[in-house]
Formats: sequence, structure tokens, C-alpha cells
Amino acid sequence: MIGLVTYLVFFATMAGILAIAVLGLNLQWGYTGLFNGGVVAFFGAGAYGTMILGARPDPMLMGGFDLPWIVAFAGGIAFAGLVAWIVGVLTLRLRHDYLAIATFGVAVALESVARNAQWLTGGARGMRGFPRPLESVVNDTFLYMLVLLALVMSVLIIVYLGLERLANAPFGRLLRAIREDEEAARSLGKNPARLRLQAFVIGAMIMGASGALYVTNTAFISPQDMAPILTFQIWAMLIVGGAGNNRGALLGAGLIWAVWTASGFALTRLVPQGWQLSAGSIQYILIGLVIVGMLLWRPQGLLPERISTRPKPKAKGVTER
Amino acid sequence: MIQSLIDGILTGAIISLGAIGLTMVMHILRFANFAYAEILAIGAYTALVFDALFSRLVPALDVAFAPLTLTGSLVLALLIAMVVAGVSAVIVDKLVFARIRARAGALSMVFASFGMALILRNIITLIFGHQPQLYTQEITFARVISLDPLILIKPDQVFVLIAALILMTGFHLLLTRTTFGFALRAVAENPNLAQVAGVNLQRMVIAVWMIGGALSAAAGVFYTLTHQLTPMLGNNFLLPIFAATIVGGIGSVYGAVLGGFIVGIASGLALMVLPSGYTPAMPFLLILAVLLLRPYGLFGEDER
Repeated sequence: MIGLVTYLVFFATMAGILAIAVLGLNLQWGYTGLFNGGVVAFFGAGAYGTMILGARPDPMLMGGFDLPWIVAFAGGIAFAGLVAWIVGVLTLRLRHDYLAIATFGVAVALESVARNAQWLTGGARGMRGFPRPLESVVNDTFLYMLVLLALVMSVLIIVYLGLERLANAPFGRLLRAIREDEEAARSLGKNPARLRLQAFVIGAMIMGASGALYVTNTAFISPQDMAPILTFQIWAMLIVGGAGNNRGALLGAGLIWAVWTASGFALTRLVPQGWQLSAGSIQYILIGLVIVGMLLWRPQGLLPERISTRPKPKAKGVTER
Repeated sequence: MIQSLIDGILTGAIISLGAIGLTMVMHILRFANFAYAEILAIGAYTALVFDALFSRLVPALDVAFAPLTLTGSLVLALLIAMVVAGVSAVIVDKLVFARIRARAGALSMVFASFGMALILRNIITLIFGHQPQLYTQEITFARVISLDPLILIKPDQVFVLIAALILMTGFHLLLTRTTFGFALRAVAENPNLAQVAGVNLQRMVIAVWMIGGALSAAAGVFYTLTHQLTPMLGNNFLLPIFAATIVGGIGSVYGAVLGGFIVGIASGLALMVLPSGYTPAMPFLLILAVLLLRPYGLFGEDER
């Protein structure tokens, strides 16, 4: 019984962490129409950034600055934002697929750094040992899991409310305007390249926050955590939930994470020994089929984007810009 | 130094073959096709199956053309692989891309190709497993070309380079000397105008997938002739062939050929300063450099 409850807490924590990344992707793809082929790069940048800044000193590594958690957390997010800014500045004024290719490339590049830069990332064995917030105050393991869950959920709520506000603010309308008709937006004196860059960097920082919370939860990071499949999972969550709808993003994150966990569990039980290696391939094919199937048959997702045709009623005398 | 350069040129020839089709698809259908590199793997594995089949059926074919490891059955298997890869590219287009093209934007196509890459790669893994495969168990020794500096070349590598150059020259002649090639260039230049002039766009799209698929299959088979084959073949070539198209300029066939060699040689030379673990990141650095210095590549044009 306690095992099941512990598992459910772990499950909810992971779902919350992934949901944050999905919200970040929703800002990029759902609102602005930017294809990010390397979600895992920004997730990993946040995770490794936080780990390097916050971990205890290690004679083998350059990192381990032992900074307070909140500083390390902010640093991880800033690093993800920096990576996004570099990629974005170079590609966002070009044809849309340059961004897709460059983001895919940055994920490959960062993964190879994580695997090979022994002095910085610990290479393939990764980095462990991370002073987590409040860990010394809370003695009970299970209680501490609840603390982490609460932390993840509060970040999720903050990001959700922030994005909802952003979406309904002039900024959100502007992003959608660019997505739908760039020429028209430009003719109204808006600067599409700059707005895209802003949306891309903010979205990447949200993904960085997701990665930062991931290392906070596990106190361990290795190149395995930057495997490309994570990008596909997060995309599947967004397209199932409904791109352009933050509630859809949350729904998709929970749903796909549940299906992924359940299918992994079922496959390890059902698939005979010796075929276990294939179980992973079957799960990957399922994720691919979800993505392609949704695009073919229900591209708007379970909860489609809602666009209010009319501005919400405001106080008298105030007109929309 | 010279050895790295030679290895780079050989890899470059393979990347070029893959990039020719990708740059055409990206230009004519206007989307970055993430599933494209899987065609290399489809070609290489198809050849693996048919090579084994032919050498069992007709043992006489299973004799290597000395000093190569290439056998008669593998040559036949290569031809079949080129057709199979082309046809599967057309089928994927009909099943998925054409339907999405009909009602959604180019970015949905990018997204769909991203999903298709995952599906294709893992179907191959499911069928053939993760373990590396080879066309032949025979070991060929590299010939010592020179001792100081030490340069080693395998006969197979020379064959691969020559065969790749022949395929590229053949494609160049097709583009410049035939009516079909003229129509193809017209479609690439301006699809609408080409249709007005009586070019059947549907048929051209099929032709582009067939040619691209065939060249990519050859690239996959050539790579496997000198390396081990794993289901990650497509994934490993994806970034290099994208980099080749960007370096050469999207839509430029000759740019893609040159870009392929540049990517191959740069990755080869990088091995002299960086550990081999960083090789996968090299194409990305090249992409960044091109975007900084010359965003539309060597031969590309502004198509915002």
C-alpha cells in the first residue's frame, strides 16, 4: 500500500515536471508556430546547469560550486535561455526549417558534450550528489517526496498562470498574429523576428526549469537523461492535448505519461525474456504513431485552441489596443 | 593529416549522395524532412537481405571481385535496394506527407517527418535487432599507400568514391541533358510556372522521391561496405546531410554535393584536434558557422 502511494507521488512529480516542459513547447509551437526539434537540449541545459552550479565540490570535476539551490535553479534556467538565444538569433530570421534543423543539431551537440566532457559533466557516468532544498529539515523520505511534489506543482501552477496571462495579453495575440499571417503583422509595424525570438527563449527557459526540477528530484543526471526520445514524448504530449491550449498541454502530459508508464509496465510483463530489448522499440513506435496519427486525424488535439474573436469586456472607456 | 583528409573525402562522398535528394525535397516540397535519412538505413538493410538471398540461391554470385569485398550478389542487391528505397519513399509520401500537405502548413510536415523517422528507425530495430551487421565476414586489409606520412586505404573505399562520383555525374547528365531533367529544374525553380508550362507536378514529386531514395540507398550501402551497419545509421547521418544542404544552400544540387564533401572533410579534420566523441557535433558547428557568415549557403537564394 505504502509502496503504491510512494509510486503515485513519484508518478505525479514526473508528470508535473514533464508538463512544465510541454507548457514551454506550447508557447513555441502552439502560440508562435516554431518547430523545436531539440526540446531535450533545453531540458538538459537546465538540468546540467543546475547540477553544475549546485552540486557539492568534486575533485574530479570543474563544477560543484555548492551554490544555494535557488541560485543554481535560476542559473540552470538562464543557461537554457542562453543556448536558445544563440540558436534563435542565428535562425529565426530565415526560413522556418532552419530553426527545426538547428534545434535538432544543438540537442546532438549538447548530448555529445554531456557524454565526452569528463571534466565538466562527468561523462557517461554522470553527476550525482546534490544538496536539495529543505532536505536537511525534513527527515522522512516519504515526507520529502511530498515536499518535492509540492515544489514541482507550485512551479507548474506559476508557469501555467503566467502563460495564460501572456496568452490573453497583447503579447499572446501578437504571437498568434505572426503565426497566422506574418506579412499582415509586419504591415502593422510589428517586428516578427524579435517577437519570435522572445517567445522561443522564454519557452526554452521554461523547458530549462523543467530540467532543473528533474535534477532536483533525482539528485542525479547522466547523458541517458538527455536521450532524444524525451523530445518525442514531449511533442506527443502537446499534440495529443492540443497545441495552443495550455489546459490541453497539461492533459496531454498526464495522459501520455500514464500511457507510457503503463505500456512499459505491460511490455516488461508480457514480452518474453530475450525480447525485452524490443520492448523499447515498440514503445518508441507507439510514440511515433501517436504523433503521426494525431497529425493525420485530429491535428487540433483533444482540447483545441480557443480563440476569442472578440476582446473580453473591459471597463467602460477602455478600448483594446 | 592526409589520412584524415582522405577519410573525410570518403565520408563526404556518402553524405553528398544523401544530401542531393534531401535538398531537392526540401526545395520542391518546402519542408525539412527529418525522416529522410532513414532511407539510407532502409537501403542498407534491403541490400543486406537481398545479398544474403542471392548468394544462397546462386552461389556463383557470391564471389568477390578482388581486391574488393564487393560480390556479384551485392551489386544486384544494391540495384534492388535503390528501387525499394525509392518506392518506400514514395509510399511514405502518399500515406503521410501528401495527406498532410493537402490541408496543413509546411511545419506540420516537418513535425510528421519527425514522427515518421522514429517509427521507421524502430521498425528496422524490431526486425533486425540492435547488433551490428556486415555484408561480408571477410576481412580486407588496408593498402599502405605511403609510410611517411602513414596513409592506409582499403580497395573498397576507392570503389565507393568512384561509384559515388559516377552516380553524381549520371545525375548531373540527367539534369542537364534530358527533357526530364529540364522539367525537374523548372519545378525546383518555380512549381506554379512549371505546371503552366505543362509539367506534371505530381509525377515530378514521385520522380524526386525515387531519385533521392535511390541515391540515398546507394549511400547507405556504400557506407555499410566500409563500416558496420546498425539501425542508428539513418539517425547518425541525419545531421550531416542536413548540414550539407545548408552549407550548399537549400535547393542547390551542386551545393549539396560540395556541402557533403565540406561536412565530411571538416569532420575528418576535426578528429585531429577533438576526441572522436565530439564528431556528431561537428555538423552543428558548421551549420552555425554558415548561418553566421552566409545564411543562404554557398549556392542558395533568399527564400523567406
